[in-house]
Amino acid sequence: MNAIEVSGLRKSYGDVHAVRGIDLNIATGEIFALLGPNGAGKTTAVEILEGFRTRDSGSVKVLGFDPQGGGQQAREWRNRIGIVLQSTSDSGDLTVNETIEHFRGYYSNPRSVEEVIEAVGLEEKTRSLIRKLSGGQRRRLDVALGIIGNPELLFLDEPTTGFDPQARRSFWELIKKLRGNGTTILLTTHYLDEAEALADRVGVISAGQILEISTPADLGGRSTAQAVVSWRDGDKFNSEATNNPTAFVNQLTARFAGEIPELTVTRPSLEDIYLTMIGRVHE
Amino acid sequence: MNKIPSALSLGFRRGGLEIRQFARQRESVVFTLFFPVILLIIFGSVFKNTIAPGVTFSQYFVAGMIASGLVNTGFQALAITIPLERDFGALKRLRGTPMPASSYFIGKAILVSVSMVVQILMLLGFGVIFFGLKMPTDVSKWIEFAWLVLIGSACSTALGIAFSIVPKSGRGASAVVSPIVIILQFFSGVFFIFTQLPYWMQQIASIFPLKWLTQGMRSVFLPDSFAGQEVAKSWETGRTFMILVLWLIIGVFFSVRKFKWDRD
Repeated sequence: MNAIEVSGLRKSYGDVHAVRGIDLNIATGEIFALLGPNGAGKTTAVEILEGFRTRDSGSVKVLGFDPQGGGQQAREWRNRIGIVLQSTSDSGDLTVNETIEHFRGYYSNPRSVEEVIEAVGLEEKTRSLIRKLSGGQRRRLDVALGIIGNPELLFLDEPTTGFDPQARRSFWELIKKLRGNGTTILLTTHYLDEAEALADRVGVISAGQILEISTPADLGGRSTAQAVVSWRDGDKFNSEATNNPTAFVNQLTARFAGEIPELTVTRPSLEDIYLTMIGRVHE
Repeated sequence: MNKIPSALSLGFRRGGLEIRQFARQRESVVFTLFFPVILLIIFGSVFKNTIAPGVTFSQYFVAGMIASGLVNTGFQALAITIPLERDFGALKRLRGTPMPASSYFIGKAILVSVSMVVQILMLLGFGVIFFGLKMPTDVSKWIEFAWLVLIGSACSTALGIAFSIVPKSGRGASAVVSPIVIILQFFSGVFFIFTQLPYWMQQIASIFPLKWLTQGMRSVFLPDSFAGQEVAKSWETGRTFMILVLWLIIGVFFSVRKFKWDRD
C-alpha cells in the first residue's frame, strides 16, 4: 500500500496556478525527495498533503485519509504523521526537555523523550532554554518534535538549512535510522547532495508540474550520460566527453606510459542534471 | 494502540504550559499583575475624596480596576500574544499535531483565569491594607462576584481569541489593540465616575462588556444605597448578565469559525 497517493492535484490563487496537475505515489517505507526552485509549487503541494491547505481539484490520500477531512478522524490521522516545518520558533522560555515532554502528551503512542533527545543529539542541552540554543540546535529540536509522536509518515521541509556540514551528516544518519524503523519520509530540500544521500526516489517539480520522478542515479538520463575525461598535456588542459571512459583512459595510459597528469573522470552530478531540467523549463 | 488524549485533558496540559511560559516572562508578569496595583496606588493617593456617603474614590476605583483587569488579562493580552505566536509559526506547528483547537482555547482560558485570580488578590490586599477598602460582608455579594469573574474571564478570553485575527502582524498587534482598550476604559467609568461622563460616551460604552463589568463590580463593592446614583437608578444585574453572555457567544462563535493558525 502507498503512504501517499495523489492524482490530478490542482491549486490556484487567483490567476496564479501554483499546482497544475500533479500525480504522485509514495510507497510505505520510502524516502522521497521533492526538488524544485522557489515558487515551483513545492510548498503548496506539500502543505495540501499536510492538511494545511485545501485543493481546487484532484484526489489526495495520505495514509488512506483525505487531509481535508476534519473532526476526530483528523486527530487520529495527525496522530500518525509528523511534520517538521520550514521555520518555527516557539516561546524561548521553555527548556528543550519541557517542550518535547509537552508535545509527547499530544500523541497516543509516543517515543520516549530520552530516545528522541538522543536521536537528534541534544543530550547536552536538555535543561537549556530554547532561546539559548543555536540555529542548528533549534532545528534539531524541530525534528525532535516532529518524531516524538512516533509517526508512520514524516514530512521534512528543508530540514538542514543552516546546518554546518558535520551537523548535516549526523542529521542524515538520523534520517537513515528512521527509515530503518519503517518510517515513510517526504523530504523537500535545496541541497542536491542531501537528496542523493537520502532519497530512494526524487521528483522534480517546476512551474506547478512534475517534470520527472526517478532514482537519484537515473534522473534525467544521468546513469547513461557521457562521462567527461580531463587531463593535462604539457601546458594544455584537455577534456573529452565519451561513452566509454575506461577505454579512453586506457588509450591515455598507453600514450603517457604511466601516470596521466591531473586525470579526472566525471559524470554529471545530480545538481548538473537538475539545473539542466529546471533551466529548460525557464527558457 | 492507546487512545489519543481527550481535548479536555490536553486543554489542562496546555493551561499548565501557558502558565509556566507566562511566569518566565518577567516583563509581562510585572506589567499584567502589578500595573493595576500601581494604578490603584497612584489614583488612591491623588483622589482621597468621598464620592457618596461612605463611598471613597478608592472603593469606586477598585471595582473599576478589577473589571478592567479582566479586559487586560484576557482580551488585550490574547489579542496581542496570539498574533505573535502566529508570526513565529508556533500556531502552525500546533496545527500539525493531534491537539485540537479547543484544547488550545481551554489552555488560554486557564491562563487568563489564573492570572485574574492573582491580580484580584493583589488589588484587594493592597486596597484593604493601604486605602481602607471595605470588603462585602454579604454572601450573596461574593456569589455575584464569583460569577462576574467567571463569566467576565470567559467573555474576555473568547473575545481576545476572536480579535486575534484582526492584527495583520504580531508586531503591529499592540498598536491595534491597546488604544481600543484604553478608550473603552475611559468610556466605561474605570478612571472617572461613569455618571459624570457625557451622555454620548455612556451610550457608546453601553454597547461593550467593560461598562457592564465595572457596573457589576460596583454592585459588589459599593453599598446598595449607591445603586440609586447609577444611570438606571439600579444595578441592572440581570441585564449585565445577559449582555455578558451575548458577548461570550459572539466571541466563541468567531473564535471557532475564524481562528487563523497561519499567516496567510
